[in-house]
Amino acid sequence: MSKRKLKESSAESAECISQVQKILRERLCHHCAAGKLFGMEQQYRHLLELLKRTTVHGESNSALIIGPRGSGKTALLNHVLKDLREMKQVTENLLENPFLSGLLQTNDKVALKEITRQLQLENVVGDKVFGSFAENLAFLLEALRKGSRTSSCPILFVLDEFDLFVHHKNQTLLYNLFDISQSAQTPVTVIGLTCRQDVLELLEKRVKSRFSHRQIYLMNSFDFKQYIKIFKKQLSLPAEFPDEAFAQKWNNNVQHLSEDKTVQDVLQNLFQHTKDLRSLHLLLMLAVSAVTVHHPLLTAADLQEASRQHRSDSKANIVHGLSVLEICLIIAMKHLNDVYDGEPFNFQMVYNEFQKFIQRKAHSMYNFEKPVVMKAFEHLLQLELVKPLERPSVRAQREYLLMKLLLDSSQIMDALQVYPNCPTDVKQWAASSLSWL
Amino acid sequence: MNTRQQSKLIYSWYGKPMSSDRKLRTSQYKGILITSESSKTETCIQLGDFILVEGVNADQPYVAQLVDLYEDGAQDKRAIVQWFCRLGEIPQNKRKLLKREISAQEVFFDQVLGYDTDIAAETIIKNIMVLPLHLGEELPIITLNKEQTFYVKQSWDGKCFKVLSPDTFSKLKEANKKRGVITNSSKAFISSDIVTPVKKEMESVVQSATKPKNVDMEIESKHSVSKSSLAKERHSQRVANNDIKTPTARKKLELNSPTRSKGRILGCEVLGLLDDDCDTVAPLEPSPTKRKVKFTSEILGSPPKIPCSNKSKSTSETAERCQRFSDTLRLSPYTKVKDFSEKDKNLHGKDDNLSLVGYQKPSSQIPVLTPRSRRTCAQKTSALIAEQISLLKSHGKLAAEEDFLSGSDSSYSSSSEEEEDDDVPCTPEKRTKSSRIFSTPKSSRKPAVHTPAKTLKKTPLPGTPRTPRNATPEIPRRIQAAQEPASVLEEARLRLHVSAIPESLPCREEEFQDIYNFVESKLIDGTGGCMYISGVPGTGKTATVHEVIRCLQQAAENDELPPFQFVEINGMKLTDPHQAYVQILEFLTGQKVTATHAAVLLAKLFSTPGPKRKTTVLIVDELDLLWTRKQNVMYNLFDWPTQKHSKLIILAIANTMDLPERIMMNRVASRLGLTRMSFQPYTYKQLQQIISSRLKGVKAFEEDAVQLVSRKVAALSGDARRCLDICRRATEICEFARQKRTPEIVRMAHVTEAIDEMFSSPYVNAIRNASLHEQIFLKAILAEFRRAGVEEATVQEVYHHHVALCRMEGLQSPTVSEIMAICSRLGACRLLLVEGSNKYLHVRVRLNLSQDDVMYALREE
Repeated sequence: MSKRKLKESSAESAECISQVQKILRERLCHHCAAGKLFGMEQQYRHLLELLKRTTVHGESNSALIIGPRGSGKTALLNHVLKDLREMKQVTENLLENPFLSGLLQTNDKVALKEITRQLQLENVVGDKVFGSFAENLAFLLEALRKGSRTSSCPILFVLDEFDLFVHHKNQTLLYNLFDISQSAQTPVTVIGLTCRQDVLELLEKRVKSRFSHRQIYLMNSFDFKQYIKIFKKQLSLPAEFPDEAFAQKWNNNVQHLSEDKTVQDVLQNLFQHTKDLRSLHLLLMLAVSAVTVHHPLLTAADLQEASRQHRSDSKANIVHGLSVLEICLIIAMKHLNDVYDGEPFNFQMVYNEFQKFIQRKAHSMYNFEKPVVMKAFEHLLQLELVKPLERPSVRAQREYLLMKLLLDSSQIMDALQVYPNCPTDVKQWAASSLSWL
Repeated sequence: MNTRQQSKLIYSWYGKPMSSDRKLRTSQYKGILITSESSKTETCIQLGDFILVEGVNADQPYVAQLVDLYEDGAQDKRAIVQWFCRLGEIPQNKRKLLKREISAQEVFFDQVLGYDTDIAAETIIKNIMVLPLHLGEELPIITLNKEQTFYVKQSWDGKCFKVLSPDTFSKLKEANKKRGVITNSSKAFISSDIVTPVKKEMESVVQSATKPKNVDMEIESKHSVSKSSLAKERHSQRVANNDIKTPTARKKLELNSPTRSKGRILGCEVLGLLDDDCDTVAPLEPSPTKRKVKFTSEILGSPPKIPCSNKSKSTSETAERCQRFSDTLRLSPYTKVKDFSEKDKNLHGKDDNLSLVGYQKPSSQIPVLTPRSRRTCAQKTSALIAEQISLLKSHGKLAAEEDFLSGSDSSYSSSSEEEEDDDVPCTPEKRTKSSRIFSTPKSSRKPAVHTPAKTLKKTPLPGTPRTPRNATPEIPRRIQAAQEPASVLEEARLRLHVSAIPESLPCREEEFQDIYNFVESKLIDGTGGCMYISGVPGTGKTATVHEVIRCLQQAAENDELPPFQFVEINGMKLTDPHQAYVQILEFLTGQKVTATHAAVLLAKLFSTPGPKRKTTVLIVDELDLLWTRKQNVMYNLFDWPTQKHSKLIILAIANTMDLPERIMMNRVASRLGLTRMSFQPYTYKQLQQIISSRLKGVKAFEEDAVQLVSRKVAALSGDARRCLDICRRATEICEFARQKRTPEIVRMAHVTEAIDEMFSSPYVNAIRNASLHEQIFLKAILAEFRRAGVEEATVQEVYHHHVALCRMEGLQSPTVSEIMAICSRLGACRLLLVEGSNKYLHVRVRLNLSQDDVMYALREE
């Protein structure tokens, strides 16, 4: 009886857990869909007003949203558009919305085609959908010129990765878009999203003059207290969660976690590194993945483990997997770097250094043949732990190609500390190149 | 490329000089012979003949009447002409004055002053016919060779259209008669030059057969890239003839034969010809034709026989019927009404033709003698009917169109102009036929079934389904009206928008006057010239030039200046400098050709004397973008105005004052000339004036606030756009700030905030909001710079400093991966300049702002 009950409850909780996983993963992966904006109320109001004026009054505008990566530029815009579309007077005016990305529309020709397509103007030209670039431009300009403030439907142009549009030839697209926004034609609003702070300096002077210089900065300007709040909000389950009791339990746990010292340390550490909410999501994602039926609630240890994974050094991780011979080569390179103050080296130098170590000191190390050592060296090359200064050519002998080590000595020492079964003499050699004297 | 040279036409005088003036050393002639060398044909053109004169557009030669021919002192053959202008030569905005549809064949007696009537005789292409008609008359649809015959109904004096004075009318007619051309209607038709179209066609076939050389030439010209205008014309004519052969032939049967007294013979002829010509139509043809012939003969008899009273009675009957039907119109379905309205239309057409017969040939020797009384009577009836028709017309048209649409495919209904020209006239006739068929009970059953099929077959005739050539897309219209500004601030914002066009441009009066005077003087002289206008962005260059053009256009409309054409191109709106040619040519002539061809055509246009060509004012905005390596675009642009006959005035606009010296070759700069003007950046007083003039009558800004904005902008750039943008932003901030619905005006605080928002450097703020380790990284960079004395460092070096700094602060030192992440984040914001990341630790890093700024930003905390 009790066993059956247990089974039942476990089945129930399995259901719950999968629900939790679903909700949280969705929230953490598509962070704009979470429906919450943090610390950008002012910018939100500014942008909302701007777009409202475009749609309601038919006023042309241009603006840039500038902020570092992961600061919520697209999320802000999406939010504003979503709220805008809910307003009655806006939806009736049918705000058209061509969305261009600098990564996709790599030149003006492609961009123009995309605009024509998204404005659904291509069918007007009949079967000759897209003529030459020149015709296309003339066509689109003509289309936009024919409109007027009071009669035409306002158009919102969104240029993602705005800084990449700046590199198009003559900045023709930007000039024309800004020119339309500054003349009595079809009302348009041009919104650029970029993470470059110096984007205005990239604009050509006449393009710059036509830009209205509205800049909306997103700076992640919240402090640690708000960061904790965001953490709580991101983790807590919504009120409409089916199993209320579980949701209550989960939310209490989250509240408890946020007051936990270790958790705060973990978050503090992350916060000190970056205020980017995406990395917080990444951390939480790792932690949430640990939640199972048998481990239904998040613990501080989960977060710590996630943080450890999140912070681990990628190159040092590679070093862990190397053979002793390869480790020896890296140590030899480290010594060479110390001796020659970071000057580049070649295989022969490394081999000589290794030979010195073998002949004088090593008792546990087998004296490998030169080709074997060469093979190990090439493996390091493939792992990009060393990098040739110039491209290997046919004529140059591989032994004498100049190389640089892509590891810092501190990384090597750290890696050696945790390297399993490292011979003592190798460790000693690593600590000092002169240890055998 | 002069196309005339290819066909080698030789112009020689016909006969001896009639008179000569010794003083002027001119001698007058009565005719000119045009001999084509290749085809050995000779055309004689005499005084009073109507001619085609080479024009801007090879497809649309000018129409004129030859008034005088003389040879001047320099042995040049000159001609004096009376111009006629085509519809295309009349400005768009004046066309609506006509209030009627104009066919392509209609021309206007040109009384515009200022056109050069003295032309070189070599520009004459060939002779044609121009038939005078009265205003109400329909165009006789007689000619197959549309290119050869024109009609004139009204005169055009540059401002309005007038009915031809009786004097000119008779003169024109006289001129036609002299040629042995009897213009309209009646018997003499066959004897004359204008044979019945079909016959003419036959004749032309014969002609071409007898003149193999001529044909050769045509074929040749078809192959050659640029056709001689003559051959081209003939060719197109032929093509047109072939295309519309069947419909025209039928057209003749239906409508036009009644006007000709030889209708019966004609019908037979046509019938025979049709049999030969178009086998496909032939099986269907007999029954309608027979009927038509019968009909024709009946009508033929009518004018002389039916007495006046009878006629009017019949018309009044019709009128009554019309009335009745217009009543039922609202209730009954289309089909019925259509029949009648069509019929009425047809009747009207006939009557019209009859009245035409009576009116225009009062004293000729035709057997059908129409007494005066009858003429007036006919006029009256036609007027009566016209009245009735006007009631029905709209509906009839609608119905016809509807039917038309359903019968043909939808591409056909696209409103391409020529198509309409060709086909719309046909529609009523076709409908007429079917309507008649409906009314006749049994014999017509069969053709009735066939008619729609024929309609269908006919529709693809004009060629493959075309895409509408000049389809211009449109942004969908908004559903809800744009809200008008409700508050003072909104009103102010609307006025402050850069796009709002002020009534006048303050602070640019001098520049305006200079440009105006320059263009005006050139316009009056009829010469060309260039002007170079420079100035930093936002100083009102383009706006001023547009204002000048607006004023000049107004002056030209008021007849204070000779009319001119205005063309604008913008270097930024071209994808390639050579596209400039294409755009200019398209503006001037509406042709769409490739860039190289356009360059050739434009060069020809501007280098040859165009007698009727107006002066062209060309604005070239953003001139510097027309730069090419060989600079041929710029060279051509500035070379044209220096040509004697170009009549081209160029206003070139660019930003840099020394552009001619900097990027232009000497030969280009020299052609640009030294007429330069530079727009100085606005001073704060001017900016202040600009804002206050825009805000006239709206109390939205404090005086001091306006002054602050203008001083700030004047100190930075003097860009009026910036100034307006700041003001606009300030109104927004003001609106934001006020909580209650109390009226508020923009104060200093708001303006300061707006200025800060726009001009403050984002870097300091960005650094202050960066994370702790990012800030430490920047500190580490500064330390490394100080240590090395070089403003560049590798990440590895910075990393060591970073770790040291972390130890000092008691922080956990970051791993290399984390440092790399920080570095790339700062690089993406462009606080740092970072090279490609594949070098990992050896990536070199520089600061994108001064060290002092970084120190300042970091110290605050």
